[in-house]
Amino acid sequence: MTKKFTEDHEWVALDGDVATVGITSYATEQLGDIVYVELPDTGRTIAAKDEVCVVESVKAASEVYAPVSGEITEANEALADNPSLVNDAAETEGWFFKMKLSDAGELDGLMDDAAYAEFVKGLG
Amino acid sequence: MMNKQGRPSQPQSDNASKSFETFSGHRGLQQEEGIIFDRARSGETGVDLPIPGSRPSRLGGLERTEEIGLAGLSEPEAVRHYVRLSQKNYSIDTGFYPLGSCTMKHNPRLNEKVARLPGFADIHPLQPVQTVQGALEVIDTLAHWLKELTGMPAVAMSPKAGAHGELCGLMAIRAALEAQGDARKVVLVPESAHGTNPATAAQCGYAIKTIPAADDGLIHLDELKAQLNDEVAAVMLTNPNTCGLFERDIVAVADAVHAAGAYLYCDGANFNAIMGKVRPGDLGIDAMHINLHKTFSTPHGGGGPGAGPVVLSAALAPYAPVPYIVNEGDGYHVIETEEQSDVSPLGRMTAFYGQMGMFTRALTYAMSHGADGLRQVAEDAVLNANYVLAKLKDLFSAPFGDRCMHECLFDDAFLKDTGITTLDFAKAMIDEGYHPMTVYFPLVVHGAMLIEPTETESKETLDRFCQVMRSLALEAKDGQSDRFTQAPQYTPRRRLDETQAARNPVLRWLPPKSDDISPLQAAE
Amino acid sequence: MRYLPLNDQDRSDMLGVIGASTIDELFTDVPQDLLLRGDVNLPKAQGELDVERALSKMAAKNTVAGDVPFFIGAGAYRHHIPASVDHLIQRSEFLTAYTPYQPEISQGTLQALFEFQTQVAMLFDMDVANASLYDGSTACAEAVMMAHRVTRRSKAVLSGNLHPQYVDVVKTQSQYNNHDVVTNAAALTGDEDLISAIDEGTSCVVVQYPDVFGHIKDFTALADAAHEKKALLIVAVPEVVALGAIKSPGAMGADIVVGEGQSVGVGLNFGGPYLGLFATRQKYVRQMPGRVCGQTVDAEGKRGFVLTLSTREQHIRREKATSNICTNSGLCSLAFTIHMTLLGEAGLRRLAAINHQKAVQLAENLEHIDGVEILTPALFNEFAVRLSKPAAHIVDRLAEQNILAGVPASRLFTHGDAQDVLILAATETNTDEDITALVSALEEALS
Repeated sequence: MTKKFTEDHEWVALDGDVATVGITSYATEQLGDIVYVELPDTGRTIAAKDEVCVVESVKAASEVYAPVSGEITEANEALADNPSLVNDAAETEGWFFKMKLSDAGELDGLMDDAAYAEFVKGLG
Repeated sequence: MMNKQGRPSQPQSDNASKSFETFSGHRGLQQEEGIIFDRARSGETGVDLPIPGSRPSRLGGLERTEEIGLAGLSEPEAVRHYVRLSQKNYSIDTGFYPLGSCTMKHNPRLNEKVARLPGFADIHPLQPVQTVQGALEVIDTLAHWLKELTGMPAVAMSPKAGAHGELCGLMAIRAALEAQGDARKVVLVPESAHGTNPATAAQCGYAIKTIPAADDGLIHLDELKAQLNDEVAAVMLTNPNTCGLFERDIVAVADAVHAAGAYLYCDGANFNAIMGKVRPGDLGIDAMHINLHKTFSTPHGGGGPGAGPVVLSAALAPYAPVPYIVNEGDGYHVIETEEQSDVSPLGRMTAFYGQMGMFTRALTYAMSHGADGLRQVAEDAVLNANYVLAKLKDLFSAPFGDRCMHECLFDDAFLKDTGITTLDFAKAMIDEGYHPMTVYFPLVVHGAMLIEPTETESKETLDRFCQVMRSLALEAKDGQSDRFTQAPQYTPRRRLDETQAARNPVLRWLPPKSDDISPLQAAE
Repeated sequence: MRYLPLNDQDRSDMLGVIGASTIDELFTDVPQDLLLRGDVNLPKAQGELDVERALSKMAAKNTVAGDVPFFIGAGAYRHHIPASVDHLIQRSEFLTAYTPYQPEISQGTLQALFEFQTQVAMLFDMDVANASLYDGSTACAEAVMMAHRVTRRSKAVLSGNLHPQYVDVVKTQSQYNNHDVVTNAAALTGDEDLISAIDEGTSCVVVQYPDVFGHIKDFTALADAAHEKKALLIVAVPEVVALGAIKSPGAMGADIVVGEGQSVGVGLNFGGPYLGLFATRQKYVRQMPGRVCGQTVDAEGKRGFVLTLSTREQHIRREKATSNICTNSGLCSLAFTIHMTLLGEAGLRRLAAINHQKAVQLAENLEHIDGVEILTPALFNEFAVRLSKPAAHIVDRLAEQNILAGVPASRLFTHGDAQDVLILAATETNTDEDITALVSALEEALS
């Protein structure tokens, strides 16, 4: 399984041709307590960098962008009742949506684990 | 006969022991008060009404059959309930309220008295105009004061609050541009702007671009010029700005905006700092709303109502919304529809005439001060803010120098490494009996603290406040963080769990045993 | 000056501390050629006595509703307000507090808002209500915008019997957002076809209840038709006292209910400040405009209240906010909630019954006059009549006799055949003498 990261602090994990997307632990630390996730509609076709959903803390709302292009196949309904999952398990159970990739090659343009760690370090 | 039961008339040493939980939950003058639905009965009422007549109903079969669920209280219970609630509020009448950008000045009671005269309070907006000539005279007279004070030729009186005035002003700009066949798409908004500015521009159908602030807290003139082009409809500027600084390049900004074929909108939230000192019309501003509930002392009422008349330049005047008043010598008339108008109104912002109750208060205030007094208002407001800045600047961190207009801005650099945040500091001020300043706004400095004393505070109040602020700053720097992180302690409620409120919204009371499967949770 | 505590000694001492020699040294960033050297051309300061005298003189030029037989409604209604309401809203701690951004020292305002939201939601039979908007007309425009967001469509269908000034506010608000507003012609009889105007692009249908001519109708079928096309039904209630007597909009299937809360606790005030009521279904709560108060607990676990769901609002979401509203009608919502608490279920029901009876009494008296035809068969406290002469003329003539007879429809509708239509309202404030005076004056004017 490949896991990649964007500069907007999304992670994307590829399993077969299904990619799971969420926001990174670093992002949740910056946002604080997550109180709401506006989940995307399934079936929607999106291009990389499209705004897909919104994640909210008490005092901020942040857009989540599509890391790669494809079709949204599933949203994490567990977040509707329990948004704190994002804080507790940002990069596992706190995933936002799954998508079917239209071009797996797009993943190559994203950061790997080490590169993202370096990127975050640079943010101070 | 002599009373031998001598009772202690001095506090005894054990009277000073620490606090304990009471059986009642009350703490002396601090009374706990449940919500009305906890205890009220639906049959109870605090009004005596006659028995209705018994003529045949004409409700057409739509009679209500379900209970509404409302709670009722007798008058004594209702009065006690709301008086107790009131005692859980901080207010300008009870203490110093240095909330930056909000202008919490004294609310004169004459304003309240005048607004309640039956000739103003008990008249209907759709009465024949010949029966409300005095009301129209109030609106027209206040309009005259606002035009004189701003040096602008026209004013739209109907907007209901500042943000509504912004919308009116931007719509006038858009109407003027479209009348010229010029469909521009973008509004430029400085980074330090109130959130209402971008929200308003979006509501008016514009895309928003942000102008970053310069290092001195002022608008970045070169950045502005770089972003100005034939797509830009308007620039929205607050002056004095939200850092409490006068935009000294304002005339150059206006010239650049006009040269690009755009209009300059001014957020007039801070007009109180320059009233009678300089006229926005002379600065090249095309439209500006005036918050009557800030500059003209109408009470904030726990969140409103306000009023947001918008002064307009000659270029925008023809687009002012209906209704508006004309005086043709034989009395006042009202132009109520676009069809009746001989110019090009942008439409209608609200039913009826706007915030009449605020107009009477604002006019009362303006006439009380007069031209001379209103200038003094601005001067004293600016003097008070500079005084606070001068008294605090060595211990606090002032990012933009040692001069300001009506409010002074600090950042949280002075709290570095103390483990205390701006929010903690604000909450500690509550324990000291002060309403905190505005915090975390504007966004251009880190951990912002924006202090606006207003002109209605005495030197003694400011001296005492500055002493307390200095003591707090010293304690913070001294590493005594508990009283900050645990604050407030002397309030009816301690810090509230905003995360829980937002995660599981409980926005109303529901009966404890509801069959409703709504995800709303019943209040306890 | 009585509102300015500083004296000249203070000012000079303070300038010394600041390190400035004159006040104008604090205004050096103002372009010096534009700095005013004298006063603007307005009158000088005056004492309380003089100001009150001047304003009272203006007030005296108006005909006070309470002094004359008064039958005007059309979006604002004259009701009796218990004396304790005005006393309580003038408590310093309510009147002179800001928006409750610091919840620990604003629990009074916040709890009152929570109770207010509950009352509004109950009255409309909706799940949730916000902490108020400016007034009924702007609440109506906000509801239309919210429907566009919820449905991701952009066409609103407005009833022809929606208050024309509400229609104008919706149109004004929509004109720069590529939003379509489709309006029906006014229907004096109350019968209009809105269902056929709903299509796949329709976001909402907006109706008024009771409508501008006083008609009350069941909108259940309309709600069903709208929902079938995945559009929302918005119901605007201009006179909330009606809901003490008639079926709730929620029970008819409304998705958003807005109202003008003026008639409970607020008073006429020549049109403002008024009170915009806004309620909706739970599933749409995050698309709702305006502030909302929610219940939570404090650090000691005690129940308390805070403003919540703020990420919808302009101060956080900026250009993506659900509305630009900031200041709302706080004190008016307090007056409303106090008056409603004094009424309670029993009081509101009785008040509504009295209002209806007064209107029926007025209608019964008017329908015997030659030249008067009642146009509103099913009504609450307001109805329309067709007169044998132009209504505006009759209203002016009666005003000269100190009778405020109602609103000529021509004042609201600039198009159509409304010249001879008069809209009258009756409330608990009308006496038998008022009705007799109106009837005889009208009889004479029409003869």
